[in-house]
Formats: sequence, structure tokens, C-alpha cells
Amino acid sequence: MSALVKLVDVSKRYADAPALHPTNLSIERGKITVLIGPSGCGKSTLLRLIIGLIEPDSGSIKFDGESITPDNIDVLRRRIGYVIQEGGLFPHLTSRANVLLMARRVGKSQEEMQRRLLELCKLTRFSDQLLPRYPVELSGGQRQRVSLMRALMLSPELLLLDEPLGALDPLVRASLQKDLKEIFARLRQTVLFVTHDLAEAIYFGDEIVLMNEGRVVQKGSVTDLREKPADPFVSEFINAQRGVGLT
Amino acid sequence: MNSVHPTMIGRDRQPRRPRPSVLMLLFLIPVVAVACASANPIIMGSKKFTESYVLGEIARRTLIDAGIPAEHRQGMGGTIILWQALRGGQVDAYPEYTGTIAQEILKIDHELSLDEIRNALGKFGVGMTEPLGFNNTYALVMRRGEAQRLGVRTISALRKYPELRVGLTHEFLDRQDGWRPLRERYALPQQNVVGIDHALGYSALANGSIDVKDAYSTDAKIGQNDLVALEDDLQFFPKYEAVFLFRSAMRADAIAALRRLEGTLDEKRMIRLNAEAERTKNYTRAANLYFQGSIGSKNAVGESFPHKLARWTLRHLQLAGFSLLLSVVFGIPLGIVASRGGALGHGILGFAGVMQTIPSLALLALLVPLPFFGISARTAIAALFLYGLLPIVRNTASGLQDIPRSLRESAVALGLSPVVRLCEIYLPMASRSILSGIKTSAVINIGTATLAALIGAGGLGEPILSGLNLNDHVTILQGAIPAAVLALLVQWLFDLLDRVLIPKGLRI
Repeated sequence: MSALVKLVDVSKRYADAPALHPTNLSIERGKITVLIGPSGCGKSTLLRLIIGLIEPDSGSIKFDGESITPDNIDVLRRRIGYVIQEGGLFPHLTSRANVLLMARRVGKSQEEMQRRLLELCKLTRFSDQLLPRYPVELSGGQRQRVSLMRALMLSPELLLLDEPLGALDPLVRASLQKDLKEIFARLRQTVLFVTHDLAEAIYFGDEIVLMNEGRVVQKGSVTDLREKPADPFVSEFINAQRGVGLT
Repeated sequence: MNSVHPTMIGRDRQPRRPRPSVLMLLFLIPVVAVACASANPIIMGSKKFTESYVLGEIARRTLIDAGIPAEHRQGMGGTIILWQALRGGQVDAYPEYTGTIAQEILKIDHELSLDEIRNALGKFGVGMTEPLGFNNTYALVMRRGEAQRLGVRTISALRKYPELRVGLTHEFLDRQDGWRPLRERYALPQQNVVGIDHALGYSALANGSIDVKDAYSTDAKIGQNDLVALEDDLQFFPKYEAVFLFRSAMRADAIAALRRLEGTLDEKRMIRLNAEAERTKNYTRAANLYFQGSIGSKNAVGESFPHKLARWTLRHLQLAGFSLLLSVVFGIPLGIVASRGGALGHGILGFAGVMQTIPSLALLALLVPLPFFGISARTAIAALFLYGLLPIVRNTASGLQDIPRSLRESAVALGLSPVVRLCEIYLPMASRSILSGIKTSAVINIGTATLAALIGAGGLGEPILSGLNLNDHVTILQGAIPAAVLALLVQWLFDLLDRVLIPKGLRI
């Protein structure tokens, strides 16, 4: 088992507040790693560092053994899918055009794109009748499915999800959670999933990384976190979420 | 500029980017039309008052009758503008007055003989005909009834009535031989002095808002409005013999033709021609009176109204269209740079902002003395271009800045290159804002282009200006109404363009 992404002593400051203290972390191939923690704990910062939206102040990030630099980032981005809470769909493009945007750029043939598109519709349970629609003509759940299709279009090795279900109502959210889990299992997808919801983390995570104030507090299975808390904060975080009605 | 590949507008409506080429074509039509203008006729200029128009028209007619192609740019402005246009070669000849030449052009404050004037002009490469036969000096005029009531017959008599209100043309206010030295010579006490357009001044005098104004002694308005010219009892005003100034390099047969006009116009005749011009609002026809017996010749017939309207409108569209094209071509890239903020971005927005705060008239006046510009359509287009820049730059910048950060980051995270992000994501998303900036700019340009007539660049400002000079509302409306209609049409056209150019996903 080798790591697909490896962070070594990576740190980041915004203005004068540290967003991420020097951090070491590995994302294992084929596993779903969930980053969890309260707002502002640095989990989104970590994700944005990996996709190159921000650059680290120190340390290095390796993707598949290769250091991420401004020179190779655009090529590496094609091997990474990225889905954000608001979906990030471009309003002036149809669902279809949104999904195919990058595939056209890398010169895929029409037949190949069409085949992959229908495959993804099936996988994400999105009706291909809706492909000519613009994002404003879709529901929130449908938009996230299109966003997921766009992220998966080029069969990325890594899928980054930044609170992808955060803006959905509970029913839609539950059905999408179920679909997502199936999709990840079928694709044996390496996933880095950011959430602040412990139930969601337990539902998806092979491995849970709990963060607080710009540091990784503990990494392990949910049982580890529950039974061998590395820090009083771990118990506190778990108990607080349980109080809200966690089973 | 990208051209549109037909397959891109196919079934899947993929990258629906705005199609600048459509806009480009639209604006290029008038530009090409300008380029196809005629060969090299003799260009007569004239100042913006009736007598100058009529003299210019007589000269044009004389040249054409001598078989020399000639055009007349009517009412280009005041002395300095015409003089610069003559020296810069934008006009070949124009009517002038000896007193004005000495005072305003040569800046000499005593009276000069004709030979002295001719020698001095020779150094500038400018020639002068002999006097045409009449002396059009300045005069101060009052309402006849008022003058009789107060017993004012001479300028000296004005000393007794400091409460009289004086309205003077801007040129007379500023001239070396104008109001200031006149007031000193006569020790005039009037404090209430305003600058007012020559033709409007007559209305002001008639309705009593002013009591005294400056006039030309051959002005037909003096008789028509029942005014009296006050006697220049201290002989302040120098002689103003009418002559033609011409470029020494002008073709010899044209010079010879102009010289045939020497000594052929006395004061009475000139007053009659001026009166005819003001009565009929038709300078060509007034000029024809000079050529008695030959009325009805082909060149003499005045242009029909629809023809004139078409000419003005076409010219107007050329001015507004070409300047708008420039504003778009420079404004969008500048807006893109400005959207990134920083010192450069602020600098660009600041520059465009300052350009728009300069009154358009002042902007024209500032450009005229520059070497490349002068009295030409080029100057008008440059001024309109600078004027139309701000709405486009600002709307492009704000349209781009308004794109949510999450969408910008999504475009980056997909791995799209900066150029593709800009052309296929950011600009289409900002298209509504950019187009509305272009629309604002276009409507402003159509309105402001009427000022181009002030520097002889033509357009719908031409009738507005001559209407203003003649105090003739019908002529003003002949320019004002089409200009307003044009602005509405442009607005409507852009509303249509919105439907074509703004991606559908942004309009739902």
C-alpha cells in the first residue's frame, strides 16, 4: 500500500494567522480519507494546497511521487477531481458543456466523450435528458451530481470533495450520501473528503483525520478515535456531535 | 479577435462565447466608407457666422465655375481654429478681415497697411487677396427704442448708463481689439457683462435680457431687429476689410479664381446677401445672388433635405461608430487589466475616469492644437474614443470582479489554462456587464458626436450649430431629432445584441 499524496512539513499562514502548522499526512491509494474538524481548523486549506489553489509557505507536497510545482500543477490537476459545496458549475454553460469542458481541451474524440458521459450519467444517477439544461434549471442535488460527473470525467486518480453535501436539505443529502458511497466503492476511488459532520465522516471514512487549530490531532479509524483519544479535544469533539443525535 | 467556427454553434451549444467579430463588422462598415472619400478638391473654410458662410460659399462656387473641384467646410470655428487649419493644410483658403489678421494672427496692436500684412503673412506660407470691397468692422448695437429713450448715439454715451447689461460673443471678450481695450479707451463703467453666442445674443437683446451687444457692421440682423449701431466716436475699431487668405502652395488657377472676387462686393451688397442667407437659411442660395443671372446652374442648386439628412447621419454614424470600435478594442483589454487591481488597475480606472470628467467641448479644444489632430474628423474620433472609454473599462473590470471566488477556483482546479479561463469562462460570465458598458458608451457617443461639428467634422451637429448661429429652431431640430432617434435606435439595437451575445444560461 503506497501513498498517492504525501505532505511533508507543509505549513501555511494567511496574513498573520497560521492556517496550517507544519503538517505531515499521507493519503493512501484506494481509500477514503475524511478530514474533519470545526470551522477554521485548516481542513479546507489542506485541500486547497493539494489542488494548488494556494502554495505552501514551507514543506513539500508529493503527488504520485512527484513534487507539486507551479510548472506541473496544470497537468497534475487533470489527474485530480475537485467538487465544492456550491458545485462550482459555470452558469453560462449547459450541464453537458460543464462536464465536457476539460475533456475537449485535452482532445478527446466526440465518441469517447459521449460514451464516458452516458457512463457517468448512469453512475451518478443523473438523467441524460437533463444534460442540455443550464445549472439554474437544476435542483441542488442535481447540480452536485453534475459537479461530480465533471470531476470524474477524466477518470482522476484522486477525488477531492470539500463539503460536497453541505448545502443540501437532509433528504437529498441522505440519498446522495448513499449514491456517493456506492460510486466510490465501484470505482475503488482514492478520495479525500472534507466535512464537519462526524456522522458523515463515520459513514464514508476508512480513515478519519481530525484537525483542530491548524494541526492534525489524530488519525485513525472511528474506533481508535473513540477508544484511544490522543487528546482531550478528540473526546470533546466526538461527544459534542453525539449529543446532537448521533447514533 | 476570434472568428466563430460555425460548428461551435451546433446542437450542444458548447462554448457560447460572445462573438466580437459580429460587433467588429458592424462598426467597420462606416470606417470603410470614410476611406473611400473623394480625391483632392480645394477646401474652403469659413468661420461660424453668416457672412463667413456666404463668402465661403461664393468662393466655392467661383472655383467650381472655373472648373476647379472645391468643397466648403462651413462654420468650423473662430479665427485661431481657421488659421491653424489653414497652416496645417486642412483648409486651403478662408475669408478673413484685415483688422483680425493684424490683431489676432500677427498680434500687432497698431494698424498695418495691406502690404505690411501681406509681407508678414508670406512668412507663414499664406497669401492674401486684395480687399473684396467692404469693411465689416465691429460695432456695439442697442435696441433702437432704448437708444433713443436714453439718447445714446455714440459709444462714449454709454458712460452715463453703468446699469446697462452687456452681452458679448466669447471671441469679442477675448480679442486683443475686443472688450477689454475698448472699455479702457472709452472708460466704460458697465459691470454686468456676460459671454453669449452671437446668434443667441440677438434673441437676448430682443427680449431685453441684455441691452448692448457686439455686432458686425454688415450684419443683416441690425436692420431686421430694429437695432442701431453706436458710433465709434474715438475711432477705436480698426478697419476690417474682407479678404481671402489662402495657402501660397494652393494651385495657381485657384488663386487666380479667388482674385477675380477682389473689389466686387460693397457693403450694401454684402448686407443684402447676409439678409438673404438669414431669411432663407440657405447659404448656397444667398451666394447665388452674387452671381446674378446665373441662378439655376447645376452647382447652385441647394442640397435637398433628405440628401443632407442622409449625409449628416452617415457622417454621424462614422464618427460614433469608429470611436466606439476603438473604445471597445482598447477598453476591454484595459478593463481586464484593471480587474486585477493593484497600482496599474487603479491607474487605468483613474485615467478613464479623468477623461470622462473633462467636458467634451474642452477635450476637443485640447486636442485641436496637437500636431496629428487639428481640425478634422480624426480629432473628433479621438475625443469620442477617450470619452467612451470609461463605461467599457469600468464595466469590464467590475463584471470580472463580480465573478464569485468559488467559480474562479473551480476553473483553476479543472486545469484550464489562463487564456482559456479568461476567454471561455470569465469573459462570457461578465458579458452582460461588458455589453451594458458598450451600450452606455455608444449612446454617449451618439450624443457627444453632435459637438464634432464645432471643429468642422460634420455629422448631425452641423444643422444644430448653424441653427444656433442663425437662431433658427427648425434647423436645430433637423439635427437634434435625428440624433435623439439615433440614440434610441442604438439602445434598441444593443438590447437585441444582448440576446445574441449573452449566453442563454445567464439570461434564464
